[in-house]
Amino acid sequence: MEQYEPDRLSPAQMAAIRRSYRNGRAALTRRSLLRASAGGALTLGGLGALSACGIPAAGKTEGGTSAEDHSAKEKTVSFSNWTEYMDVDDSGRHHPTLEAFTERTGIKVKYTEDINDNNEFFGKIKPQLSAGQDTGRDIIVLTDWLAARLIRLGWVQKLDPSNLPHAYSNLSPQFRNPDWDPGRAYSYPWQGISTVIAYNKKALDGTEVKSVSDLLDNPRLKGRVGFLTEMRDTMGMTLLDMGKDPARFTDDDFDAAVARLQKGVDKGQIRRFTGNDYTSDLTKGDLAACLAWAGDVVQLKADSPDVDFVIPDSGYLTSSDNMCVPNKARHKTNAERLMDYYYEPPVAAQLAAYINYVCPVDGVKTELAKIDEDAASNPLIVPDKAMQAKSHAFRSLSAEEETAYETKFAKLTGA
Amino acid sequence: MATLTEAPPPLTPTAAETKPPRRRGRLTPYLLLLPGLLWLFVFFALPMIYQASTSVQTGSLEEGYKVTWHFATYWNALSEYWPQFLRSLAYAASATVLCLLLGYPLAYLIAFRAGRWKNLVMILVIAPFFTSFLIRTLAWKTILADGGPVVGALNSLHVLDVTSWLGWTSGDRVLATPLAVVCGLTYNFLPFMILPLYTSLERIDGRLHEAAGDLYAKPWTTFRKVTFPLSMPGVVSGTLLTFIPASGDYVNAELLGSTDTRMIGNVIQTQFLRILDYPTAAALSFILMAGILIMVTVYIRRSGTEDLV
Repeated sequence: MEQYEPDRLSPAQMAAIRRSYRNGRAALTRRSLLRASAGGALTLGGLGALSACGIPAAGKTEGGTSAEDHSAKEKTVSFSNWTEYMDVDDSGRHHPTLEAFTERTGIKVKYTEDINDNNEFFGKIKPQLSAGQDTGRDIIVLTDWLAARLIRLGWVQKLDPSNLPHAYSNLSPQFRNPDWDPGRAYSYPWQGISTVIAYNKKALDGTEVKSVSDLLDNPRLKGRVGFLTEMRDTMGMTLLDMGKDPARFTDDDFDAAVARLQKGVDKGQIRRFTGNDYTSDLTKGDLAACLAWAGDVVQLKADSPDVDFVIPDSGYLTSSDNMCVPNKARHKTNAERLMDYYYEPPVAAQLAAYINYVCPVDGVKTELAKIDEDAASNPLIVPDKAMQAKSHAFRSLSAEEETAYETKFAKLTGA
Repeated sequence: MATLTEAPPPLTPTAAETKPPRRRGRLTPYLLLLPGLLWLFVFFALPMIYQASTSVQTGSLEEGYKVTWHFATYWNALSEYWPQFLRSLAYAASATVLCLLLGYPLAYLIAFRAGRWKNLVMILVIAPFFTSFLIRTLAWKTILADGGPVVGALNSLHVLDVTSWLGWTSGDRVLATPLAVVCGLTYNFLPFMILPLYTSLERIDGRLHEAAGDLYAKPWTTFRKVTFPLSMPGVVSGTLLTFIPASGDYVNAELLGSTDTRMIGNVIQTQFLRILDYPTAAALSFILMAGILIMVTVYIRRSGTEDLV
């Protein structure tokens, strides 16, 4: 028999062989992992003592809110906005209204679409603002309740009315006096958002939906109804349906509305609470009807003919996304000029024609008609008198109320 | 016999290995470790300390948070949210078992039977990672749509009647039910099961199978007595890599689930971002970590395998 004689091995190869015989080629063994995790736990325990000191609490900013205004020297302004909330030209690379602003004033706009969710964005800017630092942004766009919270915390700057002549005279009355910022001292609306009921005609199959009660009670819609994860939208619409005014409700009213929704959850009427993702469910027909944001519905209607909307007789909810100047922003004057620019009716019309939300600028209708006849006559974009009469706002909440209500609402949605 | 001559060389230490290394050489490994250690310190240790501290603070956004050693937060969080904890563990365990059942045959196939297709199949396993986690999960909403072919087929086969009776689905739909969430978890974590399984199966010497056959073992006995025990390291690390992230996941429950399928990850997210109750959120994270650590420790001890890769 031929014998197999291995080549002489180098020391390194020998060591490798030895290691492999001792423990496979794995460096990570059961024992080492156990040891490591025990070690980790011990380290953590020891470091626990450290945690008593040196971690600053989140809280109200101390000291001045405004930084030195560099607007005159640095002709720029940094504008943080939500995605798809600005007009875009056909190439998809230019924002015509922003470029016209730069051309006219010489102020360059650094436009970033880095806001996706109010809660997330708050988590993102909180560390800087609570430490009294510059966020690197001159304009941020926040939904009512978050703008209210930042004003309450003293994290946004008071605006200078003399830089905002158009905004002052053209802001539509509907948005003039929210209870969290009377007279608009700190914020100006970017766009308004209406919460309505949307439905898919095909999925409804003849069932009529006209109110939140229909959503909650009609057995033919069981498991095909959606509500929004935005507490104020869902609760506001339910309160309206129960004959309560979202601008003036009590704790008991709120609890009653939660109980009403809870019943819908318990009997499987409500399929799920959704964020923006209701749009795909609705077009596919997995949701037959749901609460929806009007701006989305205008868009959805254009893409899929089955989708339509209805304004309940009890009314609907309007909120707004608001431009604010955060503390320590370097270019406050530039920011104010940009805000004011979007309150010139021709500019507002150009924007409204593109993004389909409620335009907060009075006198936009005639300008918009020149660009897009349909948009100008769409009550979801330019609300007429009848629409405005049905519009309601959700009242601002104190910090305690906000926590209590959000907790109850979170229970309702399952967590 | 020829086979005996292939025995390993004797395991005596060689001269090269026993010679004491020079001083600079001794420091080198630590210097090489430094970036890794720094990384761990900044991105693991510091956040952990911060979270630990947060979990025993009290206060509010307006007044600020102070460390008051308020350990009751842990107890409150646990007594309030134990159903979500149990649910997370149950979903993660189901997904892990499903991953193992689906992943083992595939890994076996790739390791022993794929031949020249091996690389291609491996790429197919990894390919889903080229798209984002979110997109992959959203795709399941289309696959499982109420009027879609999958649900239609399941309905006409009366499968959904059974699952619905078991409480896994409700009515004639799959989306927004526990089944959808578990399917999503299984799908998203399957590659984490297959890769370690493949690595440990691929290392098994094919001649062991021949030897087992020579000793009159049937294929099933060979698998049971030879292949499976040797692949245990892969099974253990695969199940860990699947179970641990799955129990903390919240995307699947958010997109594919409903109110009664919310997992602990969803609770933590809500507490942290929406209610702004940072102490409770931090406490929940620590309870989850501790729970997983204990379960994993017991599991590794019980599994009786020495290697993990």
